[in-house]
Amino acid sequence: MATASVSGSREKELWRRLDEVNDPELDEAITEMGFVERAEVMGDGSAEVDFRLPTYWCSPNFAFLMLDGVRKALDQLSWAPSYRVKLHDHMFAEEVNRGMEAGKTFGDIFAVLAEDQDLGALRETFRMKAFKRRQEAVLRGLRLHGLTDLEILGMDLPAYDVARFEPGEAIKQKPRYRAALLERFPDRRADDPVFVTWEGQPIPPGALGAHLAELRGVRINMEFNGALCRGLKQTRYKELDVVDGEPTLVDFILDRVPARTAPTA
Amino acid sequence: MYRTPEGKDIFVVDGHTHFWDGSPENQKNIHGKQFIECFYAYHTGLSPKDQLWEKSKFEKYSADDLYRDLFIDGPDDVAIVQSTYLKDFYKNGFNTIERNAEVAKRYPERFIVNGAFDPRDGEKALEYIHFLKETYDVKGVKMYTAEWNGASKGWKLTDPDAYKCFELCDKLGIRNIHVHKGPTIIPLSKDAFDVHDVDHAATDFQNLNWIVEHCGLPRLDDFCWIATQETNVYGGLAVALPFIHARPRYFGEVIAELLFWLGPEKILFGSDYAIWTPRWLVDKFWAYQIPQDIAAERGVQLTDEIKEKILGLNAARLYNIDVEAKKKALASTPFSIAAE
Repeated sequence: MATASVSGSREKELWRRLDEVNDPELDEAITEMGFVERAEVMGDGSAEVDFRLPTYWCSPNFAFLMLDGVRKALDQLSWAPSYRVKLHDHMFAEEVNRGMEAGKTFGDIFAVLAEDQDLGALRETFRMKAFKRRQEAVLRGLRLHGLTDLEILGMDLPAYDVARFEPGEAIKQKPRYRAALLERFPDRRADDPVFVTWEGQPIPPGALGAHLAELRGVRINMEFNGALCRGLKQTRYKELDVVDGEPTLVDFILDRVPARTAPTA
Repeated sequence: MYRTPEGKDIFVVDGHTHFWDGSPENQKNIHGKQFIECFYAYHTGLSPKDQLWEKSKFEKYSADDLYRDLFIDGPDDVAIVQSTYLKDFYKNGFNTIERNAEVAKRYPERFIVNGAFDPRDGEKALEYIHFLKETYDVKGVKMYTAEWNGASKGWKLTDPDAYKCFELCDKLGIRNIHVHKGPTIIPLSKDAFDVHDVDHAATDFQNLNWIVEHCGLPRLDDFCWIATQETNVYGGLAVALPFIHARPRYFGEVIAELLFWLGPEKILFGSDYAIWTPRWLVDKFWAYQIPQDIAAERGVQLTDEIKEKILGLNAARLYNIDVEAKKKALASTPFSIAAE
């Protein structure tokens, strides 16, 4: 049926757009974190997105940044539908939902509480962290592949694009670092070194170790949040793993173990 | 006392424990419900599966549960029990000093009861600090800078009212200031768990020890920098340590950073009971080795001697616990005999 395939492809497009929205604090896709509880294209073509964070207490400014990202992603949908985005079970859900619906900014919604909140500056901080985290993963990947520090730091974009990695985090981060680099330095020349500091300074080969130590510090913080959010999220949604198909203590605690049916002998 | 697999006895001070009541009967509003649920999510998110509690027990456990989990089944010799009032969320408070002092009285020698105050109460906070000292002879306090108070959704250690309180603590000899600096929650414009206020407060109050709980994670780099500059800043391992089970390599990176920046004398063990229980934490910590590549990059080792400091000797120093005398006293209490 034509309508079914249209709505199916629209739904795919909707998810594809949502995949592009990152949790700014973690630099990971909101869909990968499981924050999008439901995304659906309705019969009249409008889109509905239900959004839920790991805890009731998640920082409202981060929540707002993500919802704003969702709003922008939905604005890009090819059939330009009307849409509704709803934040669930958050301490400021009501304020945020009402404000989002009215197209307000974060400052407007939280005029009293937000005081001098500068979301622009916050976004910039997150961009910097994402740049560093992605760069670290790629640098470590290249070292693991056996390249010398001199070779790594001498790399330009064409060389970067054909560089090989061992399987793992580096492969995932390779295109993401490329994107962050081009966003940060739009006027860079193709033969400029690919690995520079966030400020645009070259990294002397003898200083790569110290540079990596600094980048690691950034990642440790982001991973802490990421791991915690995932753990909390799982609990909130009760998506607990089943070990070897057997119910675990958690299943009993959460009353998820079906009553055994009497054996039919 | 923790007995290692090699048969050595290790003195354990659990620097961060709670005796709370988060039960539905005590919850004042939705925030109280969500607060204990968030703790429960930490518990289920990072505990080994065989260590999980039922929700109802987690919400409210008995004094006997506490004693057994820490000292009989658990390896603790002494536990520092922190007070967190949260009276905007709970009718009788979450874990008030009255509740903590009662359990400490019931099991002598075992608990160090810390107080808490809210500088935003102004004059009343000062009166309350006097009361804490006179009534409970507190040696430390727990500061929760993200606590709500009326319209305020948080405060800073550097607020003028806070400074008045710390001046009084200094004068009365309340020397250990535990500061909760943990995962980001609530903050709007100001991040109530930002660690930079510790830097100023620690500089201005050199006589006080500043124990940053949760090592400021997820702001570990900021915390390490500050703790390196200030000789009187310490890191509490609560919340960081449970990662030893779920993400051991990640824990290795965290502890390597702490050892590199702070050194082995300024890191304190804490279970954050009842979010986690000390038995499995100490077992795993004693067995733990930092992965070689991480240890080599930072040039640090987690030796048995360092583990012993982290597990108890460092906190014993801050709280003036005479370890040998304490061991003797514990050996003669009826409860430890019952525990055999």
